[in-house]
Amino acid sequence: MVDKIVIENLSLTYAEGNESLRHINLKIAANAITVLFGPAGGGKSSLLRCINRLNDLTDIRLLQGKILIDGQNVLDPKTDVIALRRKVGMVFARPVVLPFSIRGNLTYGLELAGEKRKSRLDEAVERSLKLAALWEEVKDRLDDPAVALSGGQQQRLCLARVLANQPEIILLDEPTSGLDPISTGKVEAALQELKHQYTIVLVPHSVQQAARTADYAAFFLQGELVEFGPGRDLFTNPKDKRTEDYVEGRFG
Amino acid sequence: MKRSYANRDLIQRLGFSLLTLLALTTVFPILMVVGYIIKEGAPAISWEFLSAMPRDGMRAGGILPAIVGTLYLTIGTAIFSVPLGIAAAIYLSEYARDTFLTRLIRIAIINLAGIPSVVYGLFGLGLFVIFLRFGTSILAASLTLSIMTLPVIISASEEALRAVPQAFRTVSISLGGTQWQTIRRIVLPQALPGILTGVILGLERAAGETAPILFTGAAFFLPRLPDSPMDATMALPYHLFVISTQVPEMPFQIQYGTALVLLIFVLSMNIIATVIRSRARAKRQW
Repeated sequence: MVDKIVIENLSLTYAEGNESLRHINLKIAANAITVLFGPAGGGKSSLLRCINRLNDLTDIRLLQGKILIDGQNVLDPKTDVIALRRKVGMVFARPVVLPFSIRGNLTYGLELAGEKRKSRLDEAVERSLKLAALWEEVKDRLDDPAVALSGGQQQRLCLARVLANQPEIILLDEPTSGLDPISTGKVEAALQELKHQYTIVLVPHSVQQAARTADYAAFFLQGELVEFGPGRDLFTNPKDKRTEDYVEGRFG
Repeated sequence: MKRSYANRDLIQRLGFSLLTLLALTTVFPILMVVGYIIKEGAPAISWEFLSAMPRDGMRAGGILPAIVGTLYLTIGTAIFSVPLGIAAAIYLSEYARDTFLTRLIRIAIINLAGIPSVVYGLFGLGLFVIFLRFGTSILAASLTLSIMTLPVIISASEEALRAVPQAFRTVSISLGGTQWQTIRRIVLPQALPGILTGVILGLERAAGETAPILFTGAAFFLPRLPDSPMDATMALPYHLFVISTQVPEMPFQIQYGTALVLLIFVLSMNIIATVIRSRARAKRQW
């Protein structure tokens, strides 16, 4: 097992004063799904947004510690954040399709990086749609506006859009929170396939989804990492009383 | 019980009728003005009126130099105010943080919009005509009109930029886009119809203004076409003022003909803006 991401003593406080993360230490394995779960306000999304430095867009008062990806500290000011974000893709809670065609959404990231060759772009479109289990549904209408897709299809398109960039790590922030069970199932199935090639960090929208999908699970409560371990242990035999109470639904 | 319901229904209907009537009253003056000008001005419109120089102390002939002059002034204003206005809007909407400096800029823009147009005219006279020695010229008048138009363009453009969903920016950045790539590929194209509408409305106002060009570029009577930006020029609004108040025994028709041409000039810009806006709304994907 390779640790793709190593988080060392990470603390984060936003400018508005709410402390978001306290001394987080966490190792995220390659080729596995690691879920970060817990009640709202626990710091899960904040942690995701530190990994791809999307928090740069937010006013932060304090950010301490290290996030090492392949041994490189990405919080280092000298980090090439553009390259980092291509390597670490992100899927958001609400499917946000860009105001382009289906194809345009998928080629956008590559075009930003300067890719102009049509063959490369076409190849990326097909490959990423197949990986996101959307190819069969949209292959005949790639030039239609992406907003015409259903919510579930839009979210898989967002996943495909990330995959088109050929990232190594995929961060997903409650990607199925707005989807019906069938669409949710499709996204989860796609993730199970994808984990063989990618490192996946998922903030699930429910404990049930956490339990279904987790190879490893980390329980966050009010900015603290309470417990971390393999999914089957953590959900069946939690060590910490708080984890047990949350997993069994005594609070949340 | 039933009766009180009927009562309330009656009161509601009365209220609606009253509001409808009030709304109609606002349409009435516009129709009157436009209708009256068309009725009085239409007989004056002829090919000669549109394409000839004025004669007999403007009492006969056409108004070509005024039409061309207004066109030049509008284009001149666009050259200066559009790039500057859009650039300022991009800065304010996309880059500027909420600091003392940006607040100062915003206050300046709001106040700029509130200054009476004749004050712009005097300012233009002092700065462009005299201090910078541009003389009474299309250049000086265009610059003066630009300053007046800028707040309109900046405000409308900033609003159009801000209307583009924040999520688009976040997604673009998360896919490895720089801020400028995000602006150029997503924000600006999506905001463009709104920006264009604002630009046209701003220019439309510039095209119809008299006071700012009064001291800076408008000629009382200049029966030839300007051949350089340093020339003075006749212009429709000022020409209308001149022939309505300064020339004795002026034929009524020419006054209203001139007003009609100016009205068509300005209204057609307005219609273009409306068409752009409604088309963009129909096409919009968010």
